[in-house]
Amino acid sequence: MSIRLTLIAGLALLTGLAGCERVPMESVQTGYRGTGMVQVYNPRTLEVNAALHEAPPALPSAGNEGPRASQVYKNVQVLGDLSVGQFNRLMASMATWVAPEQGCAYCHNLGNLAEDSKYTKVVARRMVEMTQHINADWQQHVGATGVTCYTCHRGNPVPSNIWFRSNPQPYGSNFMGDKAGQNHPSPVVNLSSLPNDPFTPFLLGKEDIRVAGNTALPSGNRQSIKQAEWTYGLMTHMSTALGVNCTYCHNTQSFSKWEGGPDKRVKAWYGIRMARDLNLTYMETLVETFPAHRKGVLGDVAKLNCATCHQGAYKPLNGDKMASEFPELLTKLGAKPASKVAAK
Amino acid sequence: MAQYQNLFTTVQATGPLHYGVELGHGNSPRSGEPLINYWLGKLGNAQLGPIYLGGLGLASLFCGLIAFTLIGMNMLASVNYDPIQFVRQLFWLSLEPPPPAYGLSIPPLNQGGWWLIVGLFLTASLFFWWARTYRRARELGMGTHVAWAFAAAIWLYLVLGLFRPVLMGSWGEAVPYGIFSHLDWTAAFSLRYGNLFYNPFHALSIVFLYGSALLFAMHGATILAVTRFGGEREIEQIVDRGTASERAALFWRWTMGFNATMESIHRWAWWFAVLCPLTGGIGILLTGTVVDNWYLWAVKHGVAPPYPDVFPAVTDPALSAGGKP
Repeated sequence: MSIRLTLIAGLALLTGLAGCERVPMESVQTGYRGTGMVQVYNPRTLEVNAALHEAPPALPSAGNEGPRASQVYKNVQVLGDLSVGQFNRLMASMATWVAPEQGCAYCHNLGNLAEDSKYTKVVARRMVEMTQHINADWQQHVGATGVTCYTCHRGNPVPSNIWFRSNPQPYGSNFMGDKAGQNHPSPVVNLSSLPNDPFTPFLLGKEDIRVAGNTALPSGNRQSIKQAEWTYGLMTHMSTALGVNCTYCHNTQSFSKWEGGPDKRVKAWYGIRMARDLNLTYMETLVETFPAHRKGVLGDVAKLNCATCHQGAYKPLNGDKMASEFPELLTKLGAKPASKVAAK
Repeated sequence: MAQYQNLFTTVQATGPLHYGVELGHGNSPRSGEPLINYWLGKLGNAQLGPIYLGGLGLASLFCGLIAFTLIGMNMLASVNYDPIQFVRQLFWLSLEPPPPAYGLSIPPLNQGGWWLIVGLFLTASLFFWWARTYRRARELGMGTHVAWAFAAAIWLYLVLGLFRPVLMGSWGEAVPYGIFSHLDWTAAFSLRYGNLFYNPFHALSIVFLYGSALLFAMHGATILAVTRFGGEREIEQIVDRGTASERAALFWRWTMGFNATMESIHRWAWWFAVLCPLTGGIGILLTGTVVDNWYLWAVKHGVAPPYPDVFPAVTDPALSAGGKP
């Protein structure tokens, strides 16, 4: 009988532990001793995901001599100042980065490469402009590393980490059962019960992310605990998207204090603004371009968040500088003003 | 030969079924035919029942059942009345207090109205149960220590769900009814008010919480260790102290110089347990009403130690970028 009891207890224990990750973890101290400033990594998870964070080899670079792409090809609006060789190298690279299975035909009408009949070509042009905008104007976030199409796409026509606005109340009547935008096992907030669309208020809207007060005693900060939960939801997304703990950016003594904390938080601060800028300026303006099957349940366009580029790594592609091999993506030279393109 | 000695005995001593002492005027009869259960005997007394229900007990169960059902129905409605999803998502499901915009006004049912109703019935249920513990103790000629210990827990409950939200002017400050949601609420509470670990009353509460566990372990271990001398039979120890109590006391005197007495150890335990929610409640009540950022408060009063800078100097980019975040 005692054996049966032991078995039942053992099984119950195993069931309870089924959701846990196997030890040992690797912990890396980042701050002053004894302050809990550590990063915890699961070496097995890192190993499994290692291939995802490897940059593909770049095609051999082409010379800048010869006629310009705009002189040889028709309807080259953004990359016209490149040499024909540079232009074709980027086109071939984009095909392997974004549509390795479908190839050129994913965006181009193979009968007439110049025409804009496929929506994918219009989107791709806008995305090239976005890439240049990120590398030229958001160096406070991407630094000298920069981004390419591959940073987000990783061989997928649609990046695997995107978000749509969610229906605020998918279930129930108006009588009872309101979830208040939370209390659902959503991977967005790492299966916590926190508000699971923190992107609409913070990465599309400009709601105040800061909730903690700046003074010891009350001095008019009316941020509520519920607002803190929304911020917490966004931060949980960032932590999951980067594969890091809170202390990668925050001081354990005070999450709101900047002085004495990790400098990574400044990068992250610009990252939030960058994501907001890209969603508003680039993704939202493509809402008429995308067909219905690429849109969310509310008819909104796919949008980006931290995971779109980072995909679980502290730096996308673990900080690989593949963008430096494509200087045409690093500047906005030759780009038309965004408004002109959007108007078409 | 098997002997009755302590918790791990192979023999269960069960007497004839006991229906309880005669109750005085104004009491209802106890309900239920008592029975002997072997497995209950493993944990405590093998006799189950009879139970005293009475008016207060019925009122408490009635109100508690309404609160429990309303929480459950809200959770069920939130998964579109799907019983499988209800079970799968149970730990995530929750009944949320009203959005802060409603302040202390009465919100629509589905935006915190249910939460208010549940709070009313749950509080009534707790008060009825409190009165029941008080009255049952009095009827048995006991002191009312259990009732007052329970009152300490009710104090913390009321601070979280009533006193503090009223002082803050918003029901939205209160705790949701849900497993994970109330845990996330706790973390968000600390984040909003600048790290609750710097709240000295939170620290005191932890002292009494861990202290209670330590005292419980010390006392439980001491009594178990002298059960071979009859130390767990408290009634007999009172009449004839015998060798068990003496040994237990001497053990601690010789181990750490000081020993509690048979009576004082229970006062220690009672006060440690009661002070845990009492101090915790004070700490919660002060948060947001009197102190807005506990870290800054701790810096101001020299509680939070400064640490050497190990990261490159950082300033708030919102200040240099010229915009609010």
